[in-house]
Amino acid sequence: MTSDHPKHEGAPVSARLGIWAFLATELLLFGGLFTVYAVYRVVYPDLFQQEHLKLNRLLGTLNTILLLTSSLTMAVGIAAIRQGRQQALKIALTLTLLLSAGFLGIKYLEWSEDFSHGLYPESNLFFGLYFMMTGLHGLHVVLGMLVMGWLLVCARQGRFSAQYSTPVEVTGLYWHFVDLVWIYLFPLLYLVG
Amino acid sequence: MPDPSAFSGAEAALSSGDVDAVFIFILAICGFFFILTQGLLIYFALRYRRKKGEPPAATPYITGNAVLEGVWIVVPSLLLIAIFGYGFAVFVKLRTPLPGAAEVQVTASQFVWNFQYPDGRRSVNELRLPVGKPVKLIMTSTDVIHGLFIPDYRQKMDLLPGRYTYLWLLPKRTGTFDIYCSEYCGTGHSVMRATLIVMPQAEYQAWVQGERQKKPGMQSIAEKGKALFESSGCPGCHSIDGTPKVGPTLKGIFGRTVQLTDGRTITADEEYLRESLEDPNEYVVKGFQPIMPTFKATLKDDDLAAVIAYMKTLQ
Amino acid sequence: MSEEKVPSPGLRRGYLKEKGFRSWAFTHDHKRIGIMYLIATHLFFLIGGLLAVLLRLKLLTPGPALMSSHAYNVLFTMHGAMMIFLFIIPAIPSSLGNFFIPLLIGARDVAFPRLNLYSLWLFLAGIVVTVASLLNPIDTGWTFYTPYSAKSATAVTALSLGLFLVGMSSILTGLNFIVTIHTMRAHGMTWYRMPLFIWGMYATSVIQVLATPVIGMTFILLVAERIFGVGFFDPAKGGDPLLFQHFFWFYSHPVVYVMILPAMGIISEIIPTFSRKPIFGYKAIAYSALAIAFIGFLVWGHHMFVSGMSTAAAVIFSFLTFFVAVPTGIKIFNWIATLYRGSISLDSPMIWALTFIFLFIIGGLTGLFLGALATDVHVTDTYFLVAHFHYTMMGGTVMGLFAGLHYWFPKMTGRMLNERWAFHAWWLIVAGFNVTFFPMFILGMQGMPRRYAEYPAKYQPLNIVATVGSWVLALGILIMFVNFIRALKSGPPAPDNPWHGLTLEWTVPSPPPVENFEEIPTVTDWPYSYGEKEEPGNDE
Repeated sequence: MTSDHPKHEGAPVSARLGIWAFLATELLLFGGLFTVYAVYRVVYPDLFQQEHLKLNRLLGTLNTILLLTSSLTMAVGIAAIRQGRQQALKIALTLTLLLSAGFLGIKYLEWSEDFSHGLYPESNLFFGLYFMMTGLHGLHVVLGMLVMGWLLVCARQGRFSAQYSTPVEVTGLYWHFVDLVWIYLFPLLYLVG
Repeated sequence: MPDPSAFSGAEAALSSGDVDAVFIFILAICGFFFILTQGLLIYFALRYRRKKGEPPAATPYITGNAVLEGVWIVVPSLLLIAIFGYGFAVFVKLRTPLPGAAEVQVTASQFVWNFQYPDGRRSVNELRLPVGKPVKLIMTSTDVIHGLFIPDYRQKMDLLPGRYTYLWLLPKRTGTFDIYCSEYCGTGHSVMRATLIVMPQAEYQAWVQGERQKKPGMQSIAEKGKALFESSGCPGCHSIDGTPKVGPTLKGIFGRTVQLTDGRTITADEEYLRESLEDPNEYVVKGFQPIMPTFKATLKDDDLAAVIAYMKTLQ
Repeated sequence: MSEEKVPSPGLRRGYLKEKGFRSWAFTHDHKRIGIMYLIATHLFFLIGGLLAVLLRLKLLTPGPALMSSHAYNVLFTMHGAMMIFLFIIPAIPSSLGNFFIPLLIGARDVAFPRLNLYSLWLFLAGIVVTVASLLNPIDTGWTFYTPYSAKSATAVTALSLGLFLVGMSSILTGLNFIVTIHTMRAHGMTWYRMPLFIWGMYATSVIQVLATPVIGMTFILLVAERIFGVGFFDPAKGGDPLLFQHFFWFYSHPVVYVMILPAMGIISEIIPTFSRKPIFGYKAIAYSALAIAFIGFLVWGHHMFVSGMSTAAAVIFSFLTFFVAVPTGIKIFNWIATLYRGSISLDSPMIWALTFIFLFIIGGLTGLFLGALATDVHVTDTYFLVAHFHYTMMGGTVMGLFAGLHYWFPKMTGRMLNERWAFHAWWLIVAGFNVTFFPMFILGMQGMPRRYAEYPAKYQPLNIVATVGSWVLALGILIMFVNFIRALKSGPPAPDNPWHGLTLEWTVPSPPPVENFEEIPTVTDWPYSYGEKEEPGNDE
C-alpha cells in the first residue's frame, strides 16, 4: 500500500522519519528553556554561581548514572528483540522502568529537600529555571515510562519479534533523547561554577 | 507624506521630513511594481480569456525563461537593498543623540503620562517645549509596556517597566501636536493621550517663569538627586572629586567607558547607572569588590531618575 | 472533450457513504478527518467574523458609545486569537491538506492515520478549553505581551493551555505530512514531478514542526509566571518583558508563512489548470517555498523595531526582512507569466485565484513600508499595520482558501457549486474587503493607533467607511456559505474531472472512494503538461 523501501532490520523508514521529526520538535521545546537559561546566565552570573551550590550534587550524579544506565538497558532490549529474544526484551524493559522510577524517586527527594529549605520556583530566576527544566524533563520521563509500560504489556503478549519491533525502536530513540537532555541539564544546573 | 491631507511641506520636527521622503521613495517603487504586475494580471486575464463552453485554444508549451527569471530576481533585489539602505540611514538619524539636549523624564502609567522637566516642574498629559531646542526624553513605565507616539514627528518608542528607553526630538514648528499611547496597555489604552505644545522660545521662557513662581522652593531634579545622594550614604564609598575610595569615583561617570571585573567594557549611560543602583553586583568595576548594597527598595523610579540626573552634573 | 462519467445523484457515495457518529469520530480516513477540520475551522471563521462586525460597530463613533472599552478590548483579542489559532493556521493545512495530499501524491492515506485522528481530537480538546476561557474573556490582544498578560485577571492561563493543545495538534499534523510526502509518493513521482501544492505543504509542515514548539514553550512560561510567580518576564524579579516578545515572535513570524504557503500552493495548481498552460518556472516556485520557510525564521525582530531593541539588532532584522520579498516576488511574476498566451477560463476557482494575486500584491508591497526602519517607526502599531496584515492574511490566505474550496468542492462532495451565486458572493466580498481595509492604510498614516476603543474624532469618517465595508464583506461571505450549503443539498452532480486538471485527484470519482485509488497509479510525467503536449481525452 505504501511505497516504503524494503524493511531493513528495525523500523521502517516512515516510522524512523516520524520519530526524528518528533524529536526535532522536542529539541525546539527544550531549546526554548535552554535559551532562557543562557540569557539569564549571562545577565546574572553571580546569582547562578551562588544558587547552584544549593543543589545536591550527589543526588544529581546518582540520577545521571541511573538515567544513563536506563538508556543502556533500553538499547540492550532493542538489540535483543532484533534477534527475536523476547524474554531478554521483557527483562530489559523492566530494568529500564525500574531505573526510571529510581530517577523519579530521587528527583522527588531533591525537590522535597529544596522546598524544605524554602526554595521554590518563585524564589529567584535560577530556581525558577531549575524547577521548570527538571520539571519538564521529569514529565518526559513519566510519559516515557507510560509508553514503556505499554510496551511491556505488548511484549508479554508476544507482539514483538525480529520482524516487528518498530514501537520498541521508536521508543528507544525517544528515551535516548530524554537521556541526552539530562546530560545537558545536569552540568548546566548542577556544575555551572 | 504620511498624512496625505496634512502635507504642508515644512517638517514639524527634525528628520520627520526625511521619513516622509523615504515614504515617497518606497511608494514610487511600489507604484511602479503595482502598475506593472496588476496591469499585466488584468490585461492577460482579459486578453487571453475564452468564453464559457468554448474549447481551449492551443497554448504554447512555455515552462520558463532563464533570462526573464534572472531579471526579476536581480532587479527587485537591487531595489530592495536601496529601500533598506535609505530606511536604515534615516532611522539612524531618528535615533542619533542631539548634543545639548534638555532632558525630560517621561513616566507612563496605566493610563496617564507624567512629564518632569530638569528644573523639577511636573506636568500630567501635557508636554511643553520651546521650538528649535533639542530634547531628550528619558522614558520608563511603572507597570506594563506603553508606547509614546507623536504622529506629526514620525517618532515612536515603547516604554518598559524596569528600564529606560529614549527619544531625541528637535521641534521645528510651533503648534499643538498629538501624543498617543501606541502599545496596548489595558482598558484605558485608547484614552491615554497627551498634548505636545511647542512654543516660541520667548513665550516658553515666560511660561516657565510663571510656573516656577507658582511653586517657590521647587527643587530641580538634579538638586533633588544631590539630596538623595547624600542622605542615602553614597559619599561614604564614592567620591565626587576623583579620589578612589571603597567604590569608584563618580566624577565624570556619565558617558565614561568602564572596565568590569569579568572583562567586559561598557559605557555608563542611564541604564548602567540604574542597574548599578538596583542590582550592583551585575556590573562590578575592575579593581573593586562586589560589596555595594542595593537601593532597589529605598529609591523609587522618580528618586532613581533624580540621582542619575545629579550624577550627570559631576564633571 | 474527455469522457466524463456522470454518476447518479445523492451525496452519500464513496468515502461519505458510511453513516453514524462512530464512523466519523473514530475514522482513520484522511478525507473524513479533513472534512471535520474544515467544518470546525470554518465555524470559527464565522464566529471570528461576527466578532469583527461587532467591533467595527463600536468604531462607528469615536467616543464611549455602544460598549465599554473593556468589552471592545475583549472583542479584538478574541477576534484575533480565534481567527489566527482556530481558523487561519489550521484551515488549509488540516482540511484541504489532509484531504488532498494523499490524493495528489497517489497514496491511500497519510503515513500515520491514527496519529491523524489523535491530532483532530487534540484540536477539538484545545477548542473546548479555549472556548471555556470565554467565561472570563481575555483582553490582552492576541499577542499577550507581558507584563500585562502576566498580571491580567482574565483567563489567560486557560486560553494559553487551550492554544497549547491546538499547537500540539498542528505539530503532529505537520509531522504526519512530512513523513507522508517523503515516503508515500506513488512510483514514478519524483520530487520534481510533485504538484506545487505538495511543495507548499511540505515547506509549511517543516515550519509547523520547528516553530510551534517555541510558542508552546512561550505559553508554558507565561502560565508559570502566572501560577508559580516565576519572574522570567517580570522586571521586579530581574526578568525581561522583551524576552517574551522574542519568544512570541520567533514562532509568530514563521507562522504567517504557514498561513500563506498552502494558499500559494493552491494558486499554483489553479492558474495552470485554468490557463491550459504549464506553470512558468516550476523549480523556482518550488524552491521559493523552501526559501520563504527558511528566511521566515530569521526575521522575527521586525515586529519589535520600537520595542526598545537595540539599533544594531533592528538593522540586522530589517536587512533580512527584505530578503523574503525576493522569493515571494518570484512566485507572483511566475503566476502572471503563466497567464501569458494561455487559454483562460474564468470559472469561480480562477476568479478567486486571480483575486488572491491582486490583493496579495497590495499586502506584500505595503510590507515594504513596515520592513524599512524609518517608515516602520511611524506606521507600526497603527491601522497601517492592521491593513497590511488583513491584506496578506485575508486578501491572501483566505481568498486562496476560497479558491481552493471552489476548486475542490466538486471532488470533496460530488456536487457542483452554482457559478452565478459564486460570482455575486465574489464581487461583494472583494468590494466589501477593499472598502473595509484600504481606508485603514490612510488612517494609519494619519496616526490612528491600533487597538483603540475610542479615537480622536478626526478619524471618524474613514472609520465609518470601513464599518460599512464590513457589512458588505459579511453579506458576501454569507452568500458564499449559502452557496456551499445549497450545493451540498441539491447541486448538480460533479464529474470526475470538471476542470480537466492533470493532477491525480481528478483521476478518481467525485467524491473519492475510501481507498482513494482502485490501483495506485504509476506516474510518468509532471502534472503541468497542458497545451501542445497534452493529448485530448488524456487526464493523466
